[in-house]
Amino acid sequence: MTDERTAEETAESPDTVDLWVAGTEESQFSPTEEGAQEIARDDSGRRLDEQFGRVVDDDYVFDDEIAEDERMIINMGPQHPSTHGVLRLQLELEGEIIRRSKPIIGYLHTGMEKTAEQLNFSQGGTNVTRMDYLAPFHNELGYSLAVERLLGIEVPPRAAAMRVLLTELNRVSSHLVALATNGMDVGAISMMLYGFRERESILAFFEKTTGLRMNHNFIRPGGLAADLPVGWKDDVAAILEDIPARLAQYDDLLKDNPIWISRTQGVGVISAEEAIAYAITGPPLRAAGVKWDLRKAFPYSGIEKYEFDVPVGSRGDVYDRYRVRVDEIHESLKIVEQVMDSMPKGDYRVDDRKVTPPPRARIDESMEALIHHFKLFTEGFKVPPGETYVAVESPRGELGFYLVSDGESTPYRMHTRGPSFTNLQALPIAMADSLMADTVATIASMDPVMGDVDR
Amino acid sequence: MATTAPGNLLITTVERAANWARTRSMFPATFGLACCAIEMMATGAGHYDLARFGMEVFRASPRQADLMIVAGRVSQKMAPVLRQVYDQMPDPKWVVSMGACASSGGMFNNYALVQGVDQIVAVDIYVPGCPPGPQSLMHGILTLHDKIMSGEIVR
Amino acid sequence: MTDLQPVLEALDGDFENVVFEDSLGQIVARVPNAEWTAFAVAAKDAGFEVCVDVTAVDWMRQRPERFEIVANLLSMQHQLRLRITTTTGREDPSVDSLCPLWPGANFAEREAFDMFGITFDGHPDLTRILMPDDWEGHPLRKDFGVGSVPVQFKKSHQVN
Repeated sequence: MTDERTAEETAESPDTVDLWVAGTEESQFSPTEEGAQEIARDDSGRRLDEQFGRVVDDDYVFDDEIAEDERMIINMGPQHPSTHGVLRLQLELEGEIIRRSKPIIGYLHTGMEKTAEQLNFSQGGTNVTRMDYLAPFHNELGYSLAVERLLGIEVPPRAAAMRVLLTELNRVSSHLVALATNGMDVGAISMMLYGFRERESILAFFEKTTGLRMNHNFIRPGGLAADLPVGWKDDVAAILEDIPARLAQYDDLLKDNPIWISRTQGVGVISAEEAIAYAITGPPLRAAGVKWDLRKAFPYSGIEKYEFDVPVGSRGDVYDRYRVRVDEIHESLKIVEQVMDSMPKGDYRVDDRKVTPPPRARIDESMEALIHHFKLFTEGFKVPPGETYVAVESPRGELGFYLVSDGESTPYRMHTRGPSFTNLQALPIAMADSLMADTVATIASMDPVMGDVDR
Repeated sequence: MATTAPGNLLITTVERAANWARTRSMFPATFGLACCAIEMMATGAGHYDLARFGMEVFRASPRQADLMIVAGRVSQKMAPVLRQVYDQMPDPKWVVSMGACASSGGMFNNYALVQGVDQIVAVDIYVPGCPPGPQSLMHGILTLHDKIMSGEIVR
Repeated sequence: MTDLQPVLEALDGDFENVVFEDSLGQIVARVPNAEWTAFAVAAKDAGFEVCVDVTAVDWMRQRPERFEIVANLLSMQHQLRLRITTTTGREDPSVDSLCPLWPGANFAEREAFDMFGITFDGHPDLTRILMPDDWEGHPLRKDFGVGSVPVQFKKSHQVN
């Protein structure tokens, strides 16, 4: 599907990057005092000069100039092995260099926000957990925190600690997938097998605790669905022992590898100003040098009790994002160890009978318990009218839930602020004036999960 | 070679040999859409190894693939793409509908999803689960192999 | 409002028509539609560098103006969140786009257009983003049905 564009659109002003917009007559970022026009790239193709041999004076010089009207528009995706799901990119190529790009999304749109209005607040977890399917606990946590904020209840300390344990282990497993796919896309195919191997041990623990490997619906408004299984400490200790050694092996493979470095350093650069202007959060923002983590800025679920660092990069390229993710795995394991050593005793869900179902044994004894159970599972609990926005730090960035209730047992409006949705806006910026092969590395480093993007 | 001519030993053996060859190195096409894609990747990874069935090579190009594992929910926007990829696959081809969303629309009974990929393509095996674990997917794939070997599915 | 942060107090002082509310511990500013851009510029100057999200709510007949547009702002330097909302009616709903100020609002406004039909004046590329380009209707409006198919043994939702 090519679009016709006028001569004015193809003429590109040299020191600004514009998002390619089909069918517009003029550049969309009209000069204003603030923001848009100042986001200009200042590396002016030096890396390309190095690639094409213009810097070094030897025989291998690429001298052809490609005329403007010989640009080619090609389509990448939605079915593509390297686009991390159903992402479609329209690329305007000048030879091997990408001049413009446009991500086209919507191929996984599931209508989850509409479905959320049909499901009651207890069932909402089943819906939201499938949004960012690599970090399901984070979705459930954000949703549950929003519902609890509307209800005005606080979960007991053991529930908060369990939530931290599960979400940090989920961060580890999600970053392992990011490393695996990032490695595989750039060419280190064995990383795929290694990443998934580590993930299996974490998923085995999740299956023991929640019953499912993915999409658990375990963190619910009011606490969690069940307590941790007997012997969980041994399983977590085994994970904590295994993974750091394996991470050291991956560092041996990738960290100082000249091929990896030349494919990832200086590629897909997003500077700190661009990142803030495009509302990028998560590892891409931290790799650009901005030390912003919601777990430190607006702590939730008792995470301020645990000591951990926020790793930051400096250049904002693919290599820095990879290092930030590896360091975040180490930090998450630190948090998991602290949670394991200091898990408080107590109830795993709040004691409010209007919100949490009674224990099954009591249903035989007490009429009131039976009635509560019945009402909770047929109608659901009603939430007082109000609106709130709660954000958690998912492995991809700020995952926010804007929840509006009008007093019924189903949400009036649930909107999810997906981190990948917003991070994808910066793909054209990251990929501008780079090579075709760098596209794959850049997308992999932004780590989009299309369930989060399209919902 | 669509039918078994009765009483002809040579054709029967050739067809059996062809079925054996088809099942022993079936190349899946990469059609991972959503959460099921992650479980499909886990099935291909080291722990639950698809390579022992000759299937670890997920071909990106549908021209080189035999099996389309529809892993995930198929939205209205993706449906024509799915049909196009299916049409581009050469015969013989098989379709495994992995997961609840691909089989029937799953828990998302709404405007945005195609309620079951069998509205668009002919499905041979349905694998239930949300998501089906790697063991379920492998059971589904091995059932497909059995069906091909026994001649039940004829292409 | 007595315990607004000094940053927000300055904003409150400059705009008389903007109402600051406390919504379960979070500060919300109700802005009239005509002052949307002016207030956003002032908020950005006051230190809200990031526009986290822009979305909308369809209130149908519960409120005098049908659509409420909600923008979440974040100030990293002050570690502060501010939610600003405005309203627009059922006939030709529209509001100014925040894209010239925060380019990160691009996709979010396109989604609000796609799902609700709200026009964002000044948006660079206001086209459908999640639904197919030829889709008719705006799915998240309350008068757009869920579109569910009848399922045996399921308690009867409205089937459209």
